[in-house]
Amino acid sequence: MKGLTVLSLLLWLCAAYFVGIYLFVGGFLLVRLEVNRTSACEDVLQPGAESADFCRGPPRFRRVVVLIIDALKIDFARFDPTKTAPRPYENKLPVLEETVSARPAQGRLYPFRADPPTTTMQRIKGFTTGSLPTFVDVGNNFASSAILEDNFIHQLGQMGKRVVFMGDDTWENLFPKKFYRSLPFPSFNVKDLHTVDNGILQHLYTTMMGDDWDVLLAHFLGVDHCGHRFGPDHPAMADKLTQMDGVIRSVMERLQDDTLLVVMGDHGMTDTGDHGGDSQKETDAALFLYSPSAIFPGPPTEDEPDVVPQTDLVPTLALLLGTPIPFSSVGQVLLPLFPPHEQTQGAVRPLSQLEALWINTKQVNRFLDTYSSLSSDIPPERLSELKASFSLLSSDYLGSVGAGRPPSPRLASSLQAYLTSVRDTCRATWARFNPAKMAAGLAVLTFACLACFVMSELSAVLTEEKRAGLKGPVAAALTVGVAVAAAQLVARGYVEAAWCLAAGAFASEALFLWRAWRLKRPAVSKNGAKAWKLSARRLLAPSLAVPLLRCASLLSDSYVIYEGRVVTFLLLSLALYVPVRLNWDGHLVPLTSDPLKSAGLLPSPALSPAAVRKESSSLIGCLGVLVLCACVSLSFHGCREEQGGCSPSPFLSPLSRLQDSQLKNLYYILSVGSLGVSAYLLRLWLCHYGNLNSSGGTAFAARWVLPLLCVCAGLHWAVGAAPEGGFRKLAELIRVAQLALPRAAFALLGLGLALIWADPLTVFLKTRTTASARSPALPPRYRASTGISPQAELHHLIPQIYQRMRRSLEDGELGGGEEDGRPAVEAYGLGTVYSAPLLLHCGLLGVGLLLLHPEGLALAFLLLLLEMAALLHIHAAAANLRGSPAASTGVFSVGWTPVALWSLAASQFFHSTGHLPTFPSIQWGAAFVGFPDGHSGTFLPACLVSLNTFASNILFAVGCPLLLFWPLVREVRGSRGVKGHGEEGEDVVMEMRLREKPHQFSAALLQLSTRYLFILGAQVFSSVCAAAILRRHLMVWKVFAPKLLFEASGFVVSCCFLLIGVTLVLRVDVAVGRWFKKLIPDASRTRSLGFSSKLPH
Amino acid sequence: MWDHEIRAMASTHAIIAASVFMATILPAVLVPGFSVYGTHLLWLYSVSAAVAAVSVSVFWLLGISPPTKKHTLGYKLSRLFRSCLYFFLSCLFFHTVVILYGAPLIESALETFSLAVLLTSLTTLRCLCVLGPNIQAWIRVFSRHGAMSVWDTCLQITVAFTLIGAWLGAFPIPLDWDRPWQVWPVSCSLGAMIGYLTGLVVAPAWIHYHRKQLTYKCK
Ligand SMILES: [Zn+2]
Ligand SMILES: [Zn+2]
Repeated sequence: MKGLTVLSLLLWLCAAYFVGIYLFVGGFLLVRLEVNRTSACEDVLQPGAESADFCRGPPRFRRVVVLIIDALKIDFARFDPTKTAPRPYENKLPVLEETVSARPAQGRLYPFRADPPTTTMQRIKGFTTGSLPTFVDVGNNFASSAILEDNFIHQLGQMGKRVVFMGDDTWENLFPKKFYRSLPFPSFNVKDLHTVDNGILQHLYTTMMGDDWDVLLAHFLGVDHCGHRFGPDHPAMADKLTQMDGVIRSVMERLQDDTLLVVMGDHGMTDTGDHGGDSQKETDAALFLYSPSAIFPGPPTEDEPDVVPQTDLVPTLALLLGTPIPFSSVGQVLLPLFPPHEQTQGAVRPLSQLEALWINTKQVNRFLDTYSSLSSDIPPERLSELKASFSLLSSDYLGSVGAGRPPSPRLASSLQAYLTSVRDTCRATWARFNPAKMAAGLAVLTFACLACFVMSELSAVLTEEKRAGLKGPVAAALTVGVAVAAAQLVARGYVEAAWCLAAGAFASEALFLWRAWRLKRPAVSKNGAKAWKLSARRLLAPSLAVPLLRCASLLSDSYVIYEGRVVTFLLLSLALYVPVRLNWDGHLVPLTSDPLKSAGLLPSPALSPAAVRKESSSLIGCLGVLVLCACVSLSFHGCREEQGGCSPSPFLSPLSRLQDSQLKNLYYILSVGSLGVSAYLLRLWLCHYGNLNSSGGTAFAARWVLPLLCVCAGLHWAVGAAPEGGFRKLAELIRVAQLALPRAAFALLGLGLALIWADPLTVFLKTRTTASARSPALPPRYRASTGISPQAELHHLIPQIYQRMRRSLEDGELGGGEEDGRPAVEAYGLGTVYSAPLLLHCGLLGVGLLLLHPEGLALAFLLLLLEMAALLHIHAAAANLRGSPAASTGVFSVGWTPVALWSLAASQFFHSTGHLPTFPSIQWGAAFVGFPDGHSGTFLPACLVSLNTFASNILFAVGCPLLLFWPLVREVRGSRGVKGHGEEGEDVVMEMRLREKPHQFSAALLQLSTRYLFILGAQVFSSVCAAAILRRHLMVWKVFAPKLLFEASGFVVSCCFLLIGVTLVLRVDVAVGRWFKKLIPDASRTRSLGFSSKLPH
Repeated sequence: MWDHEIRAMASTHAIIAASVFMATILPAVLVPGFSVYGTHLLWLYSVSAAVAAVSVSVFWLLGISPPTKKHTLGYKLSRLFRSCLYFFLSCLFFHTVVILYGAPLIESALETFSLAVLLTSLTTLRCLCVLGPNIQAWIRVFSRHGAMSVWDTCLQITVAFTLIGAWLGAFPIPLDWDRPWQVWPVSCSLGAMIGYLTGLVVAPAWIHYHRKQLTYKCK
């Protein structure tokens, strides 16, 4: 078997896909150039003017206290006394409303709108630099690096202000060494509601009373963590908010007249307590401003802003404190905090509204100038418009205020309009794409899909040929890539890796396709016209039409929103098509039941009527199981924001959130029960096929590691569900258990997988003499079911095998198909030697992945296992009913229908494990399984979260080769039906058939994997198309872009795990080959015995 | 003889199609406020009843139904009873299938069941007319070599078109266009109806053009 050829072809294919995805995503996701210049006090904003602009005159406030309450949603801050039965999060911060209504000149409450993504770090970045974030700042997110752009904290430092910070340690990473004093507390453990807050409270008041600070920053995390842990609608949230109310009150009491208090949330939260997306619930935080001295002219007026964008905080605070506005800020000052122009007469006076706006305008204009000189992002016509309007404003201002005349009444509003339009222009510009890269990515992806399809059609030819290897394409890729790099170096002086990759991948694919085109002809002449023909008829056949429909559905936002149901619908349709098609071909019902049928029309049936009936009923039964699984699994779905009237599945919240202890117990029992049933079914299967008898590593893993893993998982859930503070004495023990149990489970998982890889054989050998005493329940190793009667086959097959074996002994030939020649030796579990380790691998991985999910999803994983089994059985039964081509022709080809079903099931269970292609639905809790105290790096949590997100993709990808083995495994049943004719029909070759035809085996393995990759790749391609075509669509950032990212990452994960699955199969193959080699001498000793015991029948 | 059968089939189909149109137009004239979307269930029932009545009478008049072995009244009655039973069972079957495909379980059970009745009268009823209450024969008809007369081939085509039409009718439902025909089960029943009408047209035409290739073993 040509394992290396298969692997290298698959690797090449994956690489081509990855390059395409990388290119497209690189061109699609938005970029912004960071301007690395900083503002300074003495800056002259408008060339020609002589006076410095910032730091004129005394600042309005000497000190400021900023209380950041993470995830302080605007709904939490509002107070409605008419509510008779407020929810736990409502009316818990009365201090804000009291202040605003009692002392309107001193305090104000505004909704404070964040720009998505609404993650804490992005927000801190946003409201300290005053700039807009780009869509996904992944690079920064996972390598929490310091902010290099000009920012408020830096400016405070420049001015010599002493910034004291306490709270969320994210700040410490973002602004290293910028604080005068800093008291960071660990922030990563979302289960911990109190550490950060209590840490702050220990120091907050004493620091305030002291005199060694100018700016006090305190970032409370309790509210956010409470949301993540319990959701907003939970008594714990009420407690937390009440605590915050107290904090605000005490801080207000200790304020001095020259101090400003800012209470703000960095973002809101959804109804489930999460955040990160762009729904209004997540973006709208609260902003409360207060000072003991009057700062506002009076009660709120008509022209107060309805909503304050988060970018506006920085320029406002900067001008109030008398520091320069950060260079890249595009915010505008909050006018109500500045006195109107007419009231500001006198020698020593703060900045008036107009002056503040004017400085702000000049600063934004300077940024615009600098940015447009560095980058040609901003459309020139827009730029010139803005410039013209600035010069108009400039002359207007200088002509009136500058000359001491009263300004025109519209000046302030036109300055504001200018600032707003710059901000909007920037936002539109930074939401800009790189069309060349997108097109290149699309082209590479198209060719990759094409190459994948060609490879699946030509798998037999490609594995057969020596030169079909990838030397040509890889060499082409390298040459072209290096050539492009060199050309770039010569022409522009630097190398852009993306273009080298693109050129290389494209050249490589083109060469491959051209060679395939030339290979095609001999292939067609050899296999007849049926290979390599993509006619319209074939595309219309449901097995390809359904995946095509699925791809087409990704182009519509409504279909993406309802994707879970759409996939289930398509899955059921395709599954139902299987028996319909079988019946149409006359395979479903035994022919004898139809007396009208003349026997000559069809080829003689491979199976007896009884066997047909048995297979048909098993097919229908499995179809029933499949339908049931699919329908029940719908109840595990989460909810998108866009789906109105949908409530997420109760199984999705962790047990610790449940308050009803009886319900908690019920859920717990259900979860543990499902886990137990899954493990038991797996063991039962292995036991049934005799794979548990051996003493190898894999059998050990099945016998001990799997149950232990399940026990660990069950205990872990029990500990996790323990009520907070319920067992005060055991708190320490619970803490240790929360740490140790999942880690032990991970270790066990690693051990189990390592055992499987080290010793994948699950064969137990018995010589014939002892075999006579074996228990009848254990199926023997060798059975054969061809169409011929078992007796004839027995006489036919065994001498043949014997001949082959003898030949191999004489020639000293190694490997190959000679290993079948030991009729005298009985090997348990040899028939399922490939599928057993693969299945166990899947099972172990499944339990491991389940650990990363909320407990309730154990039931969903059980359904996943059942559905997988049902699909495999349907596939096997259909293959058997069709007269099992494997038995007659030796071609183990797996059709498109089962592969399409497999991929649909993978997508279905992506949704049925509570995931959705949206950022708020990511189950962040997975990062803390086994690491309740958080992580130091970001790699491990990212891994855990992606393992959790793509659990279903992983399981189905690893299990994909099972589709190849299952019809062979299930051949047993077919011949058992024949058993009535002759009891001797015991010898079934099962998976050993693959060893007999190593070439077909590798071809079929390649074909199966490329088909699976093709369907997945087509989905990625279509979501890429959707993102490209609909990039100006209203829903692009809400639906299509997240869908593209999820689809692409799911594809990458699936590819990796498909490769792992295929490699495992090849590993088993090598092990089996070695095992046979070791056995052959032994066999030659005992073969005469074998024949004597076998042939007399 | 073939031309004769095809002609008979075409005229039968014309009568059935006409009955569908009448069942749509007549209530629109007679019943105030009748519309296909607005009073969808009423339209469903009227169309189902018309198709059922016309099919049964036409096929009975034509004498397509399989020859009965006995001619006793009791046998005929039991046949009739079984036919009714199968009709009802088929309604239940379609109802279940439609629910499994994602229709709401409880909320609009009446709508779902009405759709099932429509599907039954478009498909199962025809099977009953052509093949009699004999499930084995039904299963046999839907295989490549299972058709034993032009009427069987015609049955294959119309049933397939109806079911595919109903299946395709589900596709517009999730779209956010807010059209009246996107309401459950309007698009599905319209799809089934359109599929059925297409099938009525296609079947004689297809048989006419493929009459050379069609061979039936015994009749
Ligand atoms: Zn936050
Ligand atoms: Zn958070």
